[in-house]
Amino acid sequence: MPLLRTQHSVLPGFTLSFALSVLFICLVILVPLSGLAIHVSQMSWAQYWGVITDPRSLASFRVTLLAAAGASGINAVVGLLLAWVITRYRFPGRRLMDALVDLPFALPTAVAGLTLSALFAANGWLGQWFEAVGISVAYTPLGIMIAMSFTSLPFVVRAVQPVLEDLTPDVEEAAATLGATPMATFTRVILAQLMPALLTGTALAFTRSLGEYGAVIFIAGNMPFETEILSLLVNIRLDEFDYGAASALASVILIASLVLLFGIQLVQSRLTRRWKGH
Amino acid sequence: MHERPRHWHQWLLILAAFAAVAILLVMPLALIFTEAFSQGWAMVQQNLTNPDMLGAIKLTLIVALITVPVNLLFGILLAWCVTRYEFRGRKLLSTLIDIPFAMSPVVAGLCYLVVYGAQSVVGNWFSGMGVQLMFALPGMVMVTVFVTCPYVARVLIPLMESQGQHEEEAAIILGASGWQAFWYVTLPKIRWALLYGVVLTNARAVGEFGAVSVVSGLIRGQTLTLPLLVQMWNQDYNTVGAFTAAGLLAAMALVTLLLKTILEWATQNTSQDSAEPTVTEQDTP
Repeated sequence: MPLLRTQHSVLPGFTLSFALSVLFICLVILVPLSGLAIHVSQMSWAQYWGVITDPRSLASFRVTLLAAAGASGINAVVGLLLAWVITRYRFPGRRLMDALVDLPFALPTAVAGLTLSALFAANGWLGQWFEAVGISVAYTPLGIMIAMSFTSLPFVVRAVQPVLEDLTPDVEEAAATLGATPMATFTRVILAQLMPALLTGTALAFTRSLGEYGAVIFIAGNMPFETEILSLLVNIRLDEFDYGAASALASVILIASLVLLFGIQLVQSRLTRRWKGH
Repeated sequence: MHERPRHWHQWLLILAAFAAVAILLVMPLALIFTEAFSQGWAMVQQNLTNPDMLGAIKLTLIVALITVPVNLLFGILLAWCVTRYEFRGRKLLSTLIDIPFAMSPVVAGLCYLVVYGAQSVVGNWFSGMGVQLMFALPGMVMVTVFVTCPYVARVLIPLMESQGQHEEEAAIILGASGWQAFWYVTLPKIRWALLYGVVLTNARAVGEFGAVSVVSGLIRGQTLTLPLLVQMWNQDYNTVGAFTAAGLLAAMALVTLLLKTILEWATQNTSQDSAEPTVTEQDTP
């Protein structure tokens, strides 16, 4: 083990904690991942390409991507609003609002899906109002988008909140003294500083939405070509014992989410380094 | 930082935030309990004592009771390793642990099915020994461990990094063993964060749906956890039953939120307490 160490520490337990952590990560995370990779690599390129470019698969890519993009857009706006109001103003119910923001993380996704589908059904508490103006939410792509934005809302709020708390008012005051309108102060001064955190939060919400399953299948209606998301198609192929097709489709989601994860972390560490450098 | 809103547009923003919270968060919660109680207490009681429901509650508890201690232990080990030593691959280790957060639960379930299923080498070996991994309890526990393994580590790592290791080093130099240093010095400093990690792990373990549904095989009365029962009863058009099971899970979620708020507050207070001596040292010349 001394080979690995770059600096000596008087604390004992490196070998034990390092060995057990690596063993756990290998068994629980890396072995299953490489199992999938091996399974996919046994397919020929033509087979793989055939599964991926199948019209039903392409339709599910489109539905998943569009709904996730829409949900992230909604969350960027609503999340910024909630973070802003919670950090900036003092009003009755603020702490409750702050605590409730985490509800989507605490509430099981199946429960969220069941409730949202009842809430937005044609005769539901909220669905009837949408229906009155001719918009169907449940069992349409719009419903998928709402389910995705529910489960990923906390990402944006919790990413923006700490940065907003650290913003010192003097920069805003300076902008105001120099004659900037409140709108200009917000877009040029505050939003500019919030941008990295807002983008990180939105990207995390997007990643989560791409893979969301439980909340979506209840409200989606799951019609092939129209409201069938990629995770569901993977599950359907599994039920048909078509492990090859399921693995090929799963590999697409997996690669997309890993690229997003590492991309976000890379950008984040760049930004923090730049901040610390100044 | 918090100011009282003065202008009308500030009140408008607050109002918009309340509207968003009401529509997105409060109404779904209210609907769950309204639907569960829509046919009276007797129906709720009947649903709660249904053998399928009791079986699902028991199975859910078993899965959580195995998952939480495993990930608690792993989380402490990983956080200790990553925050107390400088070594090559430290960054990589703390990045790898984030993978379960980014992965679709269905994909996670599929990975486990491919590696540990009956057709695989490992699964075949186990079934030769008479142990069925997939479509049974072991598989459900395995995917739940996967899905929830980042929580404890993610809560502990930033805290232990900010606390530093001077106190542990002092304990070791004064003759404490490694275990004593951990037990009497580190543990009291991280206990609230640890509990917080346990609460988050437990909530996810109880509520996991996608990954578990892939490996459970959905055998009635045998491999249905509470979230899977919600779906099963919903498909059976037993809406009130589905909402009763959902109500149990929502109650768990509310308790989780309450504990989370309390523990966050406790964590902040402890870290402020431990930071105080250094401030006074600097103040006194």
